[in-house]
Amino acid sequence: MVARNKLAITGGRVIDPGEEIDQISDVLISNGRIEKITLRTGESKLDGYEVIDATGMIISPGFIDLHTHLRDPGQEWKETITSGTHAAASGGFTTVCAMPNTDPVQDSAGTVEDVIRRSAVDGIVRVLPIGAISVGQRGKQLAPMGELADAGVIGFSDDGNPVEDANLMRQALAYSAEVGLPVINHAEDKKIAGGGVMTAGLVATRLGLAGAPNEAETAMVARDLYLAELTETRLHIPHISTIGSIEVLRSAKDRGVDVTAEVTPHHLTLNEEWVFGLKGEVPSSVGLQSYDTNTRVNPPLRSKADVRALVDALREGVIDIIATDHAPHAATDKVCTYNEAAPGINVLETAFSSVFALVNSKKISLVRLIESLTTRPASILGRDLGRLRKGFPADITLIHPSALWVVDPSTFASKSVNTPLAGVELTGRIVRTIYQGKTVFQSQPEVRKNG
Amino acid sequence: MAQPSTVSPSHLEQDTIALQPRRHLLDVDDLSASEISNLLDTAEGMLEITARDIRKTPALRGKTIITMFFENSTRTRVSFEQAGKILGADVINITASASSVSKGESLLNTVKTLEAMQIDALVVRHPHSGAPYFISNHIDASVINAGDGTHAHPTQSILDLFTVRAHLGNLSGKRIAIIGDILYSRVARSDIIAFQKMGAEVVVSCPNTLLPDEWELGSILASESGFGGLRLVKSVEEAVDGADVVMPLRIQKERQDAGHLPSLREYSVRWGINSQKMALANDSALLLHPGPMNEGVEISSEVAHGAQSVIEEQVRNGVAVRMAVLYTLCAPGNSVPAFQNGGSSESN
Repeated sequence: MVARNKLAITGGRVIDPGEEIDQISDVLISNGRIEKITLRTGESKLDGYEVIDATGMIISPGFIDLHTHLRDPGQEWKETITSGTHAAASGGFTTVCAMPNTDPVQDSAGTVEDVIRRSAVDGIVRVLPIGAISVGQRGKQLAPMGELADAGVIGFSDDGNPVEDANLMRQALAYSAEVGLPVINHAEDKKIAGGGVMTAGLVATRLGLAGAPNEAETAMVARDLYLAELTETRLHIPHISTIGSIEVLRSAKDRGVDVTAEVTPHHLTLNEEWVFGLKGEVPSSVGLQSYDTNTRVNPPLRSKADVRALVDALREGVIDIIATDHAPHAATDKVCTYNEAAPGINVLETAFSSVFALVNSKKISLVRLIESLTTRPASILGRDLGRLRKGFPADITLIHPSALWVVDPSTFASKSVNTPLAGVELTGRIVRTIYQGKTVFQSQPEVRKNG
Repeated sequence: MAQPSTVSPSHLEQDTIALQPRRHLLDVDDLSASEISNLLDTAEGMLEITARDIRKTPALRGKTIITMFFENSTRTRVSFEQAGKILGADVINITASASSVSKGESLLNTVKTLEAMQIDALVVRHPHSGAPYFISNHIDASVINAGDGTHAHPTQSILDLFTVRAHLGNLSGKRIAIIGDILYSRVARSDIIAFQKMGAEVVVSCPNTLLPDEWELGSILASESGFGGLRLVKSVEEAVDGADVVMPLRIQKERQDAGHLPSLREYSVRWGINSQKMALANDSALLLHPGPMNEGVEISSEVAHGAQSVIEEQVRNGVAVRMAVLYTLCAPGNSVPAFQNGGSSESN
């Protein structure tokens, strides 16, 4: 009786910043696309629909992550297209943009087409590849940006390798104008960073770890902004993490530079003190939990003042979006000294809930949070995604706003478990993720009542 | 972190804690002043043993101690070996270059292998800060930090306290001037903490390029730095003026190559400790150096071998202090009361 291609999600709080909707509504889906959104539909009208009761839930457009490491091909023991897209679905993401630092690097149509083809088969959410800026991500010669654009990339990045050569960066920005896709440069002056493995400051000094000053990032962000201004092309700044970067970004936006920027959930919620390994507590002496390698990430976790400024900049829209920089690593990459540890945090499955804490503490509105995960990244991509508009793909995330859960990496869909949030209690959980009208993730969160 | 305001609860807490003997020595920051004092007292007895004609006791007979050095060392490695042997332990020395580490074995697998051989203590030097903490999480044996990266060198700081106490008595109120490569010095970090815990005042001076970014010459560090009260002064003369202890730190040639210094010559002229600069210190002031020295760079030969120098004594005391540490951590049924698990209210 129930046609499988007709779905009704009823009674939830629909928040769609792109369509300026925030009200209790029903979302009707037909053939994998949004059919319409209506104020309470009578039961009789739902004949022929499979009904999902979303009473008490938030109904959001599916989340879009502009910065994901799927590790496939090349490091399949850390993550694959299959496991990575399952992790994405668990975190409420229906679109992930895959960084090109695979092996081989995504610097030719062949490698990109391989990822697209396998994602269509093995992936359970949408995978949009990012192409390399330079051949082999070596920073010497531009990758064939036209060929990569034709193959379907959504932007260009050498990811963890900053484009050191200012001329190459200038040419990359200028050349990308033809295809109209953003250049995404990991901004870090390695010389200024000086081999730092965490942010410079009190904690680094106390632990005897080499510290990279904020200015290693800020200086290159400033360079890139001026080069984007010079070439009048699109720049997207990944994982911004310093007060200084926010200042130069704000000033460039005021001048009309065509720039967007992202911030990660961990830079919004964790600070340098997490390296002590006590979930942000500062011990009276360095202890056995210190040097928590799961806190090693690049850019590094910054000071409390930086974290405050990042939250403010996200709220104000100076920083456009949240992107995860989901970076799965194997146990051997993290069960070692801090210096040896591979930088990166496993983020997809904790992303929403960790940032939702900022909503509960009234530092950012729920609408702005959802906008930064849906409409805004969609507009950077320039694709018909991220809205519950008639005819758009039915990519939908259902959120239980009061569910409490304790992060247990052993339950991750990701192949890797490298998160400093293990054992941390979070509020708000993804209960269902729908991709093109089909449920790709579902959970039954325990809800404990307060008091 | 807040100091208990009443005597009795913390006293009870200390008694409870005292039932669990300390297993590792990773830094001095989690030792209380009384724990340090007890270690120093134990080392006095050990020094007497090292002066005997037959330097051998059975205190650690049947115990196996491994020294594992991932960096080169003369005095620290040899003094740990000698300390263990005088106490009757079997001491096995391994170095990274002559072990499976050179075949690519991970640190975790290396220490797991050693653990399987049922060792009692592992003395570790490693170029990465925190490596002994990492190891401690993965083996049951006692771990003793013999220097980790730019983080800590606890036995060096205890032997420095021991050496100074032998000459100047109570360390409280004494002024300690540390000069040089603070940014990269694990000795400086442990010494600053250790001397401060014993009530001494520590003053540091160095070129601005050899100071952590957030430290400012001409200021006194706040407590959240972990080095609260440390005075940072611009000139070496100001640091040495009226000092009871002067300690220049080794300057490595790499600092010049990395652009931290114009030249070793300029460093020597401006920051090197010589007799003119020593003359600014108290008449009874001691000259310490953690070694190895670059004579003519951070220290002139004249003062290095002069009347105020206790550098060779530091080496001799190093054996006694490491005996005290090994004995305290490894002796069967050892009940040295105060060198016990941390959390004491006396720290800082």
